[in-house]
Amino acid sequence: MAHEKNHDYHILEPSLWPFLGAVSGFIMLFGAVLWMQGITWIMAAIGFVGVVYVMYAWWSDVIRESNVGDHTPVVAIGLRYGFIMFIMSEVMFFSAWFWAFFKNAMYPMGRESPMVDGVWPPVGIETFDPWHLPLINTLILLCSGAAATWAHHAIAHENNRKDMATGLIIAVLLGLLFTVFQAYEYSHAAFGFSGNIYGATFFMATGFHGFHVIVGTIFLFVCYLRLRAGHFTPERHIGFEAAAWYWHFVDVVWLFLFAAVYIWGG
Amino acid sequence: MADAAAHEHDHHDPGFFTRWFMSTNHKDIGILYLFTSGIVGFVAVAFTVYMRMELKDPGVQFMCEEGARLFADGTCAPNGHIWNVLVTAHGILMMFFVVIPALFGGFGNYFMPLHIGAPDMAFPRMNNLSYWLYVAGSSLAVASVLSPGGNGQLGSGVGWVLYPPLSTAEQGFSMDLAIFAVHLSGASSILGSINMITTFLNMRAPGMTLFKVPLFAWSIFVTAWLILLSLPVLAGAITMLLTDRNFGTTFFQPSGGGDPILYQHILWFFGHPEVYIIILPGFGIISHVIATFARKPVFGYLPMVWALIAIGALGFVVWAHHMYTVGMSLTQQTYFMLATMVIAVPTGVKIFSWIATMWGGSIEFKTPMLYAFGFLFLFTVGGVTGIVLSQAGIDRAYHDTYYVVAHFHYVMSLGAVFCIFAGMYYWLGKMCGRQYPEKLGQIQFWTMFIGANLTFFPQHFLGRQGMPRRYIDYPEAFAYWNEWSSWGAFLAFASFLLFIGIVFYTIRAGKPITENNYWNEHADTLEWTLPTPPPAHTFETLPKREDWDKQPSH
Repeated sequence: MAHEKNHDYHILEPSLWPFLGAVSGFIMLFGAVLWMQGITWIMAAIGFVGVVYVMYAWWSDVIRESNVGDHTPVVAIGLRYGFIMFIMSEVMFFSAWFWAFFKNAMYPMGRESPMVDGVWPPVGIETFDPWHLPLINTLILLCSGAAATWAHHAIAHENNRKDMATGLIIAVLLGLLFTVFQAYEYSHAAFGFSGNIYGATFFMATGFHGFHVIVGTIFLFVCYLRLRAGHFTPERHIGFEAAAWYWHFVDVVWLFLFAAVYIWGG
Repeated sequence: MADAAAHEHDHHDPGFFTRWFMSTNHKDIGILYLFTSGIVGFVAVAFTVYMRMELKDPGVQFMCEEGARLFADGTCAPNGHIWNVLVTAHGILMMFFVVIPALFGGFGNYFMPLHIGAPDMAFPRMNNLSYWLYVAGSSLAVASVLSPGGNGQLGSGVGWVLYPPLSTAEQGFSMDLAIFAVHLSGASSILGSINMITTFLNMRAPGMTLFKVPLFAWSIFVTAWLILLSLPVLAGAITMLLTDRNFGTTFFQPSGGGDPILYQHILWFFGHPEVYIIILPGFGIISHVIATFARKPVFGYLPMVWALIAIGALGFVVWAHHMYTVGMSLTQQTYFMLATMVIAVPTGVKIFSWIATMWGGSIEFKTPMLYAFGFLFLFTVGGVTGIVLSQAGIDRAYHDTYYVVAHFHYVMSLGAVFCIFAGMYYWLGKMCGRQYPEKLGQIQFWTMFIGANLTFFPQHFLGRQGMPRRYIDYPEAFAYWNEWSSWGAFLAFASFLLFIGIVFYTIRAGKPITENNYWNEHADTLEWTLPTPPPAHTFETLPKREDWDKQPSH
């Protein structure tokens, strides 16, 4: 700032990241189209690297600003509002996939549709038994959420960095385990992704959830690294709080998936 | 704001690249939004002028298999693909890349923080990401028009709603680029809405409680919620299109158990709130313009706010009135019909409150007020035809006819776009420090008003005669009103060119403005307490209550 301000809001210096991020996004998506057309994957890869780099650089800036005290109490409230609304938009994104699932599960298309509905699961589809791997995965994810809450409690109420580290590591490892089990389950699916509506709704809904699990795991792991680097105090740990909220959101989506797609829709 | 002005002089001027490519300043980003949406708007309007040229006479004269041309030369094999691509591109550009960026991104960014006395947006850097994602999305949309598409030609001709099976069957990768364009524009709008909501909730001037916030800021706040909750759903729907096209899923493919109607439901769950996303910020602008030029505070502030909220909430529960003819049960049709008609109530509250604001006022017909008047008339016409179309029984006859085209252009092309014009004339002086030439502005208004009405009013007649929309050609019987409609479009286009000329003239050579408030004391929101043009950073000392609290009771 070239001159003083008399308020607690955060006025930022100019930054190149938004521009670079959007350019990378353009390259990535244009590249994705070329990739899907079987022309080349290189452009998509370049764009993806650019997007990831911008995320890294941008959030590094945010952490630096936080460390020099730019995140005053009022700015901290704003950051929390922002993240809550980001999660709300994610909820609405998942509602599209649940919509597709519920529509087909309740009014499956059949030969006589719409006069007589078909059946769900569609004829010839052999679904997963929800009480085997899916149940184990549910417990894994819930335990992981509990570990994240333990970590939160440790930093917020006891300023116990050691317990927070343990909690985070457990949460991350359980998250990884979930992803591995999910990949195992996918590879043993008795139905395909393409050509049938069951596979489409199943894989897209659980697949986007799986993607969010991976993102959340990375998010928690970054919090672990930041904790090791000496960040976070009982009063100031918005980054971790956001990760925890995100992780619980991913948990809740899974519970709906488990109840609706695996148990009721199986 | 004397201290803000004093600070301007010691402010280090950033270079061109830093100022416009790396901006974290809500005013600069707002101007970027307005400028870019103006360019995209010109492209989208040019497309329609070409379409109206083609429709001026029966037969196909310009869009030929031998190539598109500007002058008819007798031999022409009709090329419907060009037509379809233009219809599609016009819709996508106008819906996603012109009106939202101009009203929500442009005026919202520039004036919402000023109205609530905030020094900037809550997340200034993310604000710029919203803008550049919008540019990236627009680039993908333009690339889509120029890429290999259906019928062995360039571009996709599937309609802006991207209904399957048209959109899933279209060849080439033009369609995929269009889908990603909408993804990027959606991400841009969602980030923007998070920013707007947080700014509104967290950064209002001391003492400015929710029901003391000016109506424009309220309209942006409600719009932001609609964007936040509806655009992610669209992202899901078009992702399904993408996987259907490229990875063999069967969401919308009956042979694999899918259902194309599902797409229509999810699309319109977004699409109807989208209509209000487009018009609500305009409502906010009109409130301020009318209060200023009627020299009266807006009538019924609280009902105006609650009407905005009610319209926003109802917008989410009426979507299937776009789909009366797809075979829904009568029960469903009845519900959507009743719910749709209910929206007329809060909308009526707004219209009558605007009229009541003018009642007994001392009205001054400056250009922004003319546009506000024009808006009131046109939006009411569009609203009334909307009530007609909300009837499932009547819609049987009107569905996919020019009556629908006339209806939604009255509410959007004329309603929302007139709000943009009103806002530009109202605030251009504030933004650039020079005033537009009043006489030219009024000429521009009257040509636009006559041109736009001449274009779209006859389309009601065409619709009632049964002319279907989205066709390149028509029988002789429809020729008369089509010719009128085309002349109207040409006049409106000329008026649009005049507008571009006025804006550039004003920025370069308009009469310099020195006073903070060049209208009158009824322009009582905070931007009118700032110097003209405002310094780069405003409200570095937060405004005091007497700066903005002009009305004793709400």
